[in-house]
Amino acid sequence: MKKRVLGAAAIFAAAALTLAGCSGSGGSSSSTDSAGSITYWASNQGTSLQNDKDVLQPLLDKFTAQTGVKVNLEVIGWNDLQTRIQTAITSGVGPDVVNIGNTWATSFQATGAFLPFDDSAMSAIGGADKFAATALSTGGAAGQTPTSVPLYGYAYGLYYNKAMFAAAGLTPPTTWEDMVADGKKLTDPAKGVWGTSIEAGSYTENNHFAFITSAQNGGAYFDGSGNPTFTQSQNVDGIQRYIDLMQTDKIADTADAQYSTGTESISNFAKGTAAMIFNQNNAEANLTADGMDASQYGVVPIPAPASGKPVASFIAGINLSVFKNTKNQDAALKFVNFMTSPDTQSALGKPFSSIPVLKDATPTFTTDPDIAKTFSNIYNNLSQPLPTVPLEASFETEVGNSMNTLFATVATGGSVSSSDIQSALNTAQEKVAASN
Amino acid sequence: MVLTTEKPEVAPVGVASAPGAVKLPKKKRPKGWWLPFALIAPAIVFELLIHVIPMIVGIWMSFIKLTQFYIANWSAAPFVGFGNYQIALNFNGAQGQALLSSFLVTCGFTILVVGLAWGFGMAAAVALQKAFRGRAIFRTMFLIPYAVPMYAGIITWKFMFQQNTGVINQILGALHLIDPNNPPFWLIGNNAFVAMVVVAIWKLWPFAFLMLMAGLQTINEDLYEAASLDGAKPFRQWRNITLPGLGAVNNVLLLVLFLWTFNDFNTPFILFGGGEPPAGDLISFHIYNTSFITLNFGFGAAMSVLLLLFLMLVSAIYLVFINRRSRRA
Repeated sequence: MKKRVLGAAAIFAAAALTLAGCSGSGGSSSSTDSAGSITYWASNQGTSLQNDKDVLQPLLDKFTAQTGVKVNLEVIGWNDLQTRIQTAITSGVGPDVVNIGNTWATSFQATGAFLPFDDSAMSAIGGADKFAATALSTGGAAGQTPTSVPLYGYAYGLYYNKAMFAAAGLTPPTTWEDMVADGKKLTDPAKGVWGTSIEAGSYTENNHFAFITSAQNGGAYFDGSGNPTFTQSQNVDGIQRYIDLMQTDKIADTADAQYSTGTESISNFAKGTAAMIFNQNNAEANLTADGMDASQYGVVPIPAPASGKPVASFIAGINLSVFKNTKNQDAALKFVNFMTSPDTQSALGKPFSSIPVLKDATPTFTTDPDIAKTFSNIYNNLSQPLPTVPLEASFETEVGNSMNTLFATVATGGSVSSSDIQSALNTAQEKVAASN
Repeated sequence: MVLTTEKPEVAPVGVASAPGAVKLPKKKRPKGWWLPFALIAPAIVFELLIHVIPMIVGIWMSFIKLTQFYIANWSAAPFVGFGNYQIALNFNGAQGQALLSSFLVTCGFTILVVGLAWGFGMAAAVALQKAFRGRAIFRTMFLIPYAVPMYAGIITWKFMFQQNTGVINQILGALHLIDPNNPPFWLIGNNAFVAMVVVAIWKLWPFAFLMLMAGLQTINEDLYEAASLDGAKPFRQWRNITLPGLGAVNNVLLLVLFLWTFNDFNTPFILFGGGEPPAGDLISFHIYNTSFITLNFGFGAAMSVLLLLFLMLVSAIYLVFINRRSRRA
């Protein structure tokens, strides 16, 4: 009898422990700042978290010397940033100033946790006029007071290997069809050489190309009132075109289906096993580290189909937001002003390989003037913002993840037809709608 | 998120208050009557703070529309009754279908992992029961997966499972089990399930081994001697002596293995990162993705409550079953 009671108690204790194991993520960071200090969460832009600290700390010291405001810096990796910000919003305990991926701007704006940059806040940071129009358009939903301002700009480009193109007698492609034809000429599976290499297991990159190819086709993922329109034929055709790089054109290796870190394709490009890659303009640091000099490659806009619209990128980048519940709004706005000042921008442009977000600023992200010119052109003239609707974050995840699965199907010997894509998009749309 | 249940610390209350419950109604309280209450008070306070209150908050969350529009101001979130549950349990809708398929994947995963981890643990424990030279070395080696930090262990498996550079495909290729020119993927597509099961077993079986090994020490050696004098073969000895002798250990062990495995989050999270293949979509990972990435915490909480109910139901049935059996014995 006694033994049984003990046994039951032990089982219960074990059960309690086990169930409890699943509980709680109440992470919070205290912001018990004294009057003269603010907390700043920076995203990981450099080659490592430590590298970011090393780059930012001297500038923060300069800010402290100028204003007397002390800045407590924390650099947060991309895996954690979104969750950390969500936790901060949910709990009301967080930093004063934070970096956000600019595509999250509208989703976070909808939470109401960020300070709107109205006229007075905007003039405290130097006025809206100082920003390039493209960059500023990512600050929040159209027609609403933005809750973030641009900090670093990025854009996609098509990197091509000059030597491989010259050896095959090719010039950089100007249409999607050209690009595929060039890719086929450059592909030689026996030697392990491919026309291109794509991060087909990265849901973020997959989502970016769902958007870019759809925009080239004149499609959209949301209508004017913010409702999802995932299943339009332009979207289906766009995804089909991108997946066909691996499926029917066979200019991308099936091994790419498990690439997800954003660096595998860069490393293939540096090794010469891929002749072209799609990458944002911050590839230079990685390429140099992998032993490829900037003189060995060129960059052109990602081409659209001959009959398509000239869209080569979405407006990528990092924005700065201020938490509405900050106890030190003046200091926070001063800090935003400092980070978006011409001096700080040009100091950070090189280490973080970013396109300037200020009007008429000179790019410092690359040593190659042609590449700088190309990217500035793509960013300012050939880019569209990702949908600025509150459901953007769900759209990124759901559509990106469906594409991971579609690529996995191709890589494991299956085939993906347009009706498969249609039904995947339909499921993604239902999920996004249902979870709203 | 809300998966907690009460611990038995509260049990001593009745015992402690017993001296006060003497028949005379107006009797003066004995000196120091408050001491037992004072001693258990911290436990109760922390129990409330750590388990009960978060659980109640979680249940409350499941009844409100806690989406991105309201997470900065929870009190403004509209009450939706069972709306979140309806979405989760509508198996014709996309979310319900995804939850159901995740649930089924998790069931298959749990049965395989618990069964095999228990089997390996039992085999190893029995094999190392008799003293022999080097037994301590084996015991230590078998426990290594349990000692390796989980993240480090799983990330190593992730490297080994890579299609083009992973050591697993190299070994399989060397053994001519696969076509080296077209090696299989392990981390995407349907094989992801296999990879996940292998890693989870690797991670879990040392615990089963440890528990069973400890349990074996309590079985009297004389029983085996007597049995072999009577001509019982090793399997018979195992079935009629070892297994009943381990009854109490197994009761707890199987339940714990089940709950841990069913709730496994780390294995898919580290193995697949953000983009999980459908075959590797375990339920707690699924709930995390749905609530954190799509910013819908009310719906996530509803799924968590459903998971909690399911696990409580299974545990309760299991306990009733075990109790009946031990009463019969």
